[in-house]
Amino acid sequence: MEEVKLLGTWSSPFSYRVLWALELKGIPYQYTEEDLYNKSPFLVKCNPVHKKIPVLVHGGKPICESMVILEYLDGPWPHNPLLPSDPYERAVARFWAKFADDKGTVIWTMFRSTGEEQKEAVKGSLEMLRTIEDLALGDKKFFGGERIGMVDLAFGALAHWLGVFEEIVGIRLLEPESFPRLHKWTKNFKEEPAIKENLPDKDKMLSNFRCLREKLLASP
Amino acid sequence: MVEEVKLFRTWSSPYALRIVWALKLKGIEYETIFEDISNKSPLLLRYNPVHKKVPVLLHRGKSISESLVILEYIEDTWKQAPLLPESPYEIARAHFWAKFSDSKLMPAIWHVFLTQGKQQEEAIPPAIEILKIIEEELKGKKYFGGQTIGLADIAFGWMANLLYVLEEITGLKLMNTQNFPSLSAWINNFSDVPAIKENWPPHEKLVTKFQAIREKYLAAGATK
Repeated sequence: MEEVKLLGTWSSPFSYRVLWALELKGIPYQYTEEDLYNKSPFLVKCNPVHKKIPVLVHGGKPICESMVILEYLDGPWPHNPLLPSDPYERAVARFWAKFADDKGTVIWTMFRSTGEEQKEAVKGSLEMLRTIEDLALGDKKFFGGERIGMVDLAFGALAHWLGVFEEIVGIRLLEPESFPRLHKWTKNFKEEPAIKENLPDKDKMLSNFRCLREKLLASP
Repeated sequence: MVEEVKLFRTWSSPYALRIVWALKLKGIEYETIFEDISNKSPLLLRYNPVHKKVPVLLHRGKSISESLVILEYIEDTWKQAPLLPESPYEIARAHFWAKFSDSKLMPAIWHVFLTQGKQQEEAIPPAIEILKIIEEELKGKKYFGGQTIGLADIAFGWMANLLYVLEEITGLKLMNTQNFPSLSAWINNFSDVPAIKENWPPHEKLVTKFQAIREKYLAAGATK
């Protein structure tokens, strides 16, 4: 069996998307923690275009970009598929996965800004959550149906990172009364063993992201 | 029974053009519904409630939005003239480059196109760096996928005509055949494919349209 390596960082939700996928499929892998302020030659060699994590290396071949990696995994490891088999259902999944990537950045903007910019980002974040609540989840347990799929992993940051950001900036976005389905989903998602046993420590996150926010606000 | 395929598009949207190319390459018959973006039809709003944008593909009564998602759907549904290779690794590479077109190249080119003066001067080097990355990737290859046109080529296809349109409008030449031989060759190879060649929007019409867009952006920027 060809070796699987994951280059990631302990605090990145993108890194975790891949980690969770590997755990869900029971794929053995070797994890390397990257220092993004001092990128390893191996990381740069594997991802010369973006020099970012996560990178999956399978049998010596690197695959970059978290959603590209998730789509890749169903190929060599078709069990516990992350994508459905029906073409239309696959399109729906890809649509929401793209939505998570394209719109999710507004939450990061809320986190790293203040004043008017933050106000706009809060508005954008609430609109995004409203769309997911009303149109993406339905009455299913997971976005993927009865089992966790690619879209659940794509939205994983909402289940764990969002709470940390909310606490640091002192703004509550994901109120259970306003977003009952999404709120229930975050509970279901974090209860899955593959996820539960693979979440970064909340206190470590609070400390790390608090520090990061200060740094970002201090720089021009 | 022919299954009805409908494509909601505008005459100029580069995203919608991707779908036209894919459908043509696979020989799929479809009906075009042209949308007026300033006056979106109730059908468009119904079929793409999240983004309210073109393109939207309608097949078997179901709507699919987002051009790259639609391309994958077409590939999953119609197996002739495959747009993706067989191996999962090569498929991943196609996905990576398709994403690169939208997340890196397009914003960089827009940034050059929608600015002027010092702002534009500063936007040029990053755009050229990105073109260099693509040049490197295309070295020794006829298309992104190798010998045949594929998903990544379709994703980058907008570049094959829009770059010249934008160069004509701004008077700026970002690439030439000496510095970008592989990219220039790709543009020729891509543009020569019949399904592509027969479906370019009219050049002059594109120039007029994008000229107006640039002027609008520059005016809006000046009033800030």
